[in-house]
Amino acid sequence: MLRGAAAALHAALAGADDDAGDLRRALRRSRRREQLRAAALVLPLFLFLAACFVVPIGAMLSRGVIDTDITRILPAVTAALKNWDGRDLPAESAYAALIADIRTAREAGTLASAATRLNYDVPGFRTLLFSAGRQLPAELNGSARDALIGIDPKWGERETWAAIRRAGGPATDFYLLGALDLRRDADGSVVGGPSEQRVFRDVLGRTLWISAMVTLMCVILGYPVAYVISAQPPGRAGVLLFLVLLPFWTSLLVRTVAWVVLLQKEGVLNSLFLSLGIVNEPLKMIFNRFAVYVAMVHVLLPFMVLPLYSVMRSIPPSYVRAASSLGARPFTAFWRVYMPQTLPGIGAGCLMVFIQALGYYITPALVGGADDQMISYFIAFYASRTVNWGMAAALSIMLLTATLALYAVYNRLIGVERMRLG
Amino acid sequence: MNIVGADARQMARLNGREPIVRFVGIGKTYDGVTRVVDELHLDVERGEFLTLLGPSGSGKTTTLMLLAGFETPTAGEILLEGKPLSRVPPYQRHIGMVFQNYALFPHMSVDENIAFPLSVRGVPAADIAKRVERALDMVQLGGFGRRRPAQLSGGQQQRVAVARALVFEPKLILMDEPLGALDKQLREQMQLEIRRLHQRLGVTMVYVTHDQAEALTMSDRIAVFHRGKIQQLDTPEQMYEYPKNAFVARFIGENNRLDGKLETHADGRCTIRMTAGDTRIDGTLVEPVKNGDVVTVSLRPERVQIRAAGHTLNGHPGCRLAGSLQEIIYLGDHVRARVVLTSGGEFMVKRPISEAHTLPRIGAVVDVFWAPEHCRAFAQES
Ligand SMILES: Nc1ncnc2c1ncn2[C@@H]1O[C@H](COP(=O)(O)OP(=O)(O)O)[C@@H](O)[C@H]1O
Ligand SMILES: [Mg+2]
Repeated sequence: MLRGAAAALHAALAGADDDAGDLRRALRRSRRREQLRAAALVLPLFLFLAACFVVPIGAMLSRGVIDTDITRILPAVTAALKNWDGRDLPAESAYAALIADIRTAREAGTLASAATRLNYDVPGFRTLLFSAGRQLPAELNGSARDALIGIDPKWGERETWAAIRRAGGPATDFYLLGALDLRRDADGSVVGGPSEQRVFRDVLGRTLWISAMVTLMCVILGYPVAYVISAQPPGRAGVLLFLVLLPFWTSLLVRTVAWVVLLQKEGVLNSLFLSLGIVNEPLKMIFNRFAVYVAMVHVLLPFMVLPLYSVMRSIPPSYVRAASSLGARPFTAFWRVYMPQTLPGIGAGCLMVFIQALGYYITPALVGGADDQMISYFIAFYASRTVNWGMAAALSIMLLTATLALYAVYNRLIGVERMRLG
Repeated sequence: MNIVGADARQMARLNGREPIVRFVGIGKTYDGVTRVVDELHLDVERGEFLTLLGPSGSGKTTTLMLLAGFETPTAGEILLEGKPLSRVPPYQRHIGMVFQNYALFPHMSVDENIAFPLSVRGVPAADIAKRVERALDMVQLGGFGRRRPAQLSGGQQQRVAVARALVFEPKLILMDEPLGALDKQLREQMQLEIRRLHQRLGVTMVYVTHDQAEALTMSDRIAVFHRGKIQQLDTPEQMYEYPKNAFVARFIGENNRLDGKLETHADGRCTIRMTAGDTRIDGTLVEPVKNGDVVTVSLRPERVQIRAAGHTLNGHPGCRLAGSLQEIIYLGDHVRARVVLTSGGEFMVKRPISEAHTLPRIGAVVDVFWAPEHCRAFAQES
C-alpha cells in the first residue's frame, strides 16, 4: 500500500507542470463565467441607459458641433466655396451655383431653414436670401454676380460669402464660440462678438457664482444640522433624518411655488412683517437674487446634510474627547480634529449641491428676476422658443464640461472612492 | 513590587502628602433612576498605579470620565491636588488619557498626533520636535513618526496613544481598557511595558479593566467596582488572599462556593452548618453576620488538598468533606481535580504538577481537606 502511494506521488510530481497549466485554464474559465454573469446582470440597465440617455443626449449635444443644413440645402455653392481663398469675392461660378441652389431650395421649400441658420451668424441674412429668391429673373442673361449684387449690394461683400462658407460644415465651432461670446470674422480668425450680443460669459459667470453661493450657504446651514443629528441616539436620528428628507415628498415645482406664495409682495411674510410693524412698506423679496438663493438652498439642503451626516456618524466621540483631554479648547478640537475628518462629507455634499445648482432651471425661472437666470434658462430658451438646437447644444456642452471639470477636481483633491452619499 | 508600591504610599502618607485625587461622595446617574456611581469615596495617592476593576457596566468608565471631565457628577466633588474640579473644563485639567480604541487622529501622522498636546499649548516648534522624538523612543517607536496611525499594528497604535498621553507631562494618566483590543500575548507584553513606564516616570496612573489578571499584574492598588460602589480597595495580594465580601471573592480568582447557615461564631472563627447534607465546617467569618443567617463560604482551589478515603493527612489542616473524584485535568504547570461531594455540589482542587502522580484514581472515593483560615464565610450576595 505504501509502495502504491509512492508511485502515485511520482506520477503526480511528473504531471505537476501539466497540472499547473490545467489549473490556470480552469481559473480563467471560472473567471470568464463570473464576468459573463456580471455582464448579464447589468445588461438591462446598460441597454436602458444607452437607449434613453446616452444616445439622445449624444445626438442633442452633437448638434452643437455638427452643421449640415447648408450643405444639404445649398450643395452647389458650398462645393464652389471650398476652393475660395476668401481674400477677394468668390468666382462667378460660385454666384451661379448659389442662384441654382436658391431656385432648387425654393421649389423644395427648404430655403427657410437655410435662411434661419445663416441669420444666426449674420443678422439680416434671412431677408437677403428671400429677396434674392423672389427677385431673381426666371432667365438669367449676363453675369450671375451682377444680377445678385443688383438685388442687394451685400452680395458684393466678403462677409456675406464667408458666412455661407462657415456654415458649410460638416463640423463647426460657430455655436461653441457663440456660447463664449466669440465669433469668426471673414478671415476666419476668432474675435469677440458684437457687444450687444455678449451675454453668455455673464450668464456662465452668474451660474457659477449663484451655484457657489448656494453651496456655501448649504454648508453653513447643513453642517450644524448634520452634526446635531449625528450626535443623537439612533432612533431619534432616524426621525430627524426623515424630517430632513420630508421636502422630497412634494415636487420641486410645488416647493418653488410655495416660496412665491411666501415671498411675494402681498405674501405671507410681508403681511406678517407689516402687521408686526417691523416694516412700513412691503419688502421686495421675490423676482430677485435673494429669492433665488432662498429657494435653491431650501431645495438643495438635504443633499448637503445626507453625506455630512453619514460621515459624521462614523466619527466616534472619543476623537474630540481625546483632543480635549490633550489640552485643545473646543474650537481647536473642532478645527484641527473633527472638521478635517468630515472633509470627505463636505466634499461630497458640495459636489452634489454645486453640480445640481449649475443645472437649475425652474426655481430661478419662477422666483428670480431677469438678471438671475442661469445657463439652463438659456438652454431651454434656445431649445423651445427659438428652436436653435445648435446654440442649446453648445450651452449644454459648456454646462457638461463645467460639471466634469468639477468632478475631476474633486477626484483629484478628495478622491471619488471616498465619497459617501448617505 | 507591589509591596514596594505599598511602602511608598505608606511613606507618602507619613510625610503628610495629600492624595493627588480625592473623590468625595461622588454620585452619577444618567437617567435619574439608576445610580451608575453611588456615593463614591476614593483617594488616589501620588505616584501610584491604581486599577478600577469590575464587571462590564459597574461604572468604571463613568468614574474615569468624571475625573477626565467628560461627565459631570450629580453629587459630590472631585479634588485634584486639593482643588475642586467641578468648574475646570477637560482641556484645563492636564490629565492624560488613553482611550480603548486609542483615538489616534487618523488624518495626522504619528509625529503630529504626539505633537498635538504640545502645539495646542504653544510649545515652540524646536522643543516639540525634541520632545516628540523622546516620547517615541520611550515607547520604542523611534523612526515611525511619519506613518499614519492606520499603517501601524494594534500594539504600535497603543504605544503611540500612550506616548501622546505622556508627552505633555500630565500629573495623572487615565487609561480605559487600553489593551482590550489586543491579542493575549501582546496584551501581556504591553501590561509589563506600561508597568515599567509607570515605575520609570513615577506618574500617577488610574487604569480601568475588567480583566482581573491584568489588574493583579499591574497595580499597586485595586478598587473592585460593583453596581457603582467600591467593594474593596486593596493591594493585589490582600485582594486575592483576603477578599472582604462574597462579590470580591467570586470576581477575583477561582472559588469553591458552598452555602450554609451560621451556627456559632467567636473571634472571627465560626461554624457553619451546610445547606446540603448534615455536615458542619469551620471557617473564618469575614463580615458581621448573625447566628442563623445564610452565609456563602468561599475556598480557593489551590488551598484544598485531596486524599483517597481512609488516608489521613500529615499535619491535618482541620476541615474535611467526602466525595468522589470525577475528572483530572492536566494543564502543564498544574493539575485540576473535579470532585463531586457526597453532600451534593462540586469541588475544584488545584495541585502543583509535582503532586500529579500522588492523586487518587478517577472514580475513587476521596476526602478533601483545608485549613479553617482559608475558608472564608461572607454574608450572602444581595
Ligand atoms: N452616556 C450614557 N448615557 C446613559 N447611560 C450610560 C452612559 N454611559 C454609561 N451608561 C450606563 O451606565 C452604566 C455604567 O457604565 P460604564 O461606566 O460604562 O461601566 P463600565 O465601564 O464599568 O463597563 C451602564 O449601565 C451603562 O449602560
Ligand atoms: Mg467601560
